[in-house]
Amino acid sequence: MTREIERTAGIPVAQIATIVPIMLTVGANRIIPGVAIPHPVGNPVLGAEEDKRIRREIVLRALKALSTPIDKQTIFEK
Amino acid sequence: MAYRIVHYINQFYAGIGGEEKAQHMPEMRKGAVGPGVQIEKLLGGLGEIAATIICGDGFYGENTDEARSECLKMIKEARPDIFMAGPAFNAGRYGFACGDLAAAVGEELKIPTVTAMYPENPGVELFSKKTYIVITQDSARGMADAVRKMTEIGLKLLRGEKMGPARLEGYIPRGIRKSFFHEKNGAERAADMLTARLHGLEFRTEYEMPVFNKIEPAPPVKDMTKATIALITSGGIVPKGNPDRIRVSSAESYGAYDISQTDDLTPELYESVHGGYDREWANADPDVVLPLDVMRELEKEGVYAKLHEIFYTTTGTGTAVANAERFGREIGEKLKNAGVDAAILTST
Repeated sequence: MTREIERTAGIPVAQIATIVPIMLTVGANRIIPGVAIPHPVGNPVLGAEEDKRIRREIVLRALKALSTPIDKQTIFEK
Repeated sequence: MAYRIVHYINQFYAGIGGEEKAQHMPEMRKGAVGPGVQIEKLLGGLGEIAATIICGDGFYGENTDEARSECLKMIKEARPDIFMAGPAFNAGRYGFACGDLAAAVGEELKIPTVTAMYPENPGVELFSKKTYIVITQDSARGMADAVRKMTEIGLKLLRGEKMGPARLEGYIPRGIRKSFFHEKNGAERAADMLTARLHGLEFRTEYEMPVFNKIEPAPPVKDMTKATIALITSGGIVPKGNPDRIRVSSAESYGAYDISQTDDLTPELYESVHGGYDREWANADPDVVLPLDVMRELEKEGVYAKLHEIFYTTTGTGTAVANAERFGREIGEKLKNAGVDAAILTST
């Protein structure tokens, strides 16, 4: 889906998910590793404040990925 | 003497539980469990499952190095002649775990390995060359056929018998070419192929062209403070009650919902309907899958200009690749027409 959206709209798509090898396989170009499969953007297990802080950090990383020029699939780690 | 097999399955096929037990840590049990029982039966005394390794799909996906290492340790202890994993059918995390572990076992223990999945399972593209992946149906309806083929191929590998071409033996092609002398020379074969093609008759290529699924990365957003960003998810976040009846798996549709007046996804108004992960956290706070709350805050702070009024959602488990591609094209078209500059897509 990510790949087709990017190809059709010509806009960058940052994908946040946990299993990085799968994102590489399906062709996502801007990859942000998620926290865990059932909660990729945040960690509610650590409490509301930590969860929100982590969510912010990941989303900001995704926005940074969207602004970064790349020429191949790139994983944006912390 | 009977062949010793070690078999890997997930928490579900071990009867431990469903998604809520996906964090089950690696364990070893003596003898056959779940589908292994049928494999052992089919072997009829030629082989026995010495041990079954069980691990939760979530645990393996999120702690792959640790899970692999733990499982390898247990597998080594059991001294197998062959390692089998699955069948995983179309379960993505399970297929990933089966393929990853089979590849590691093959490399470290230098024994034959066999697993089984549906061709669209992400485990196939990652591991088809590093193990033997038997082709299965997309669900456990195909269990009998899958374990039968796993056993047949397993026995062939154990006996060192000649393995035929993938399409005849029923496994995913591993990219290995075996040369042999054909009665006709290449020029004749090429002419035959061309003639067949011109007549609209069936022909089979001798060299499959690789399918390139990667695309050139789109250019980055130049000025984030002026950008409109859209949110999309395959984590199945929908308005409570799932008004458009998006399927919990094998989705045939996606939803488009207005969030222009929403600052935060709450469990009263939203839920997850994705059938392939433990929805406990998503249902307590859908923002952990679709980060609307944080996106709104960042919008108000001016980090980017505007959050697109509509979010798109579907369930990404057992999704036919053709459908996922179609959703992507349609959503891409809509985003393009709406002048959206970039998108964040979350997956579970």
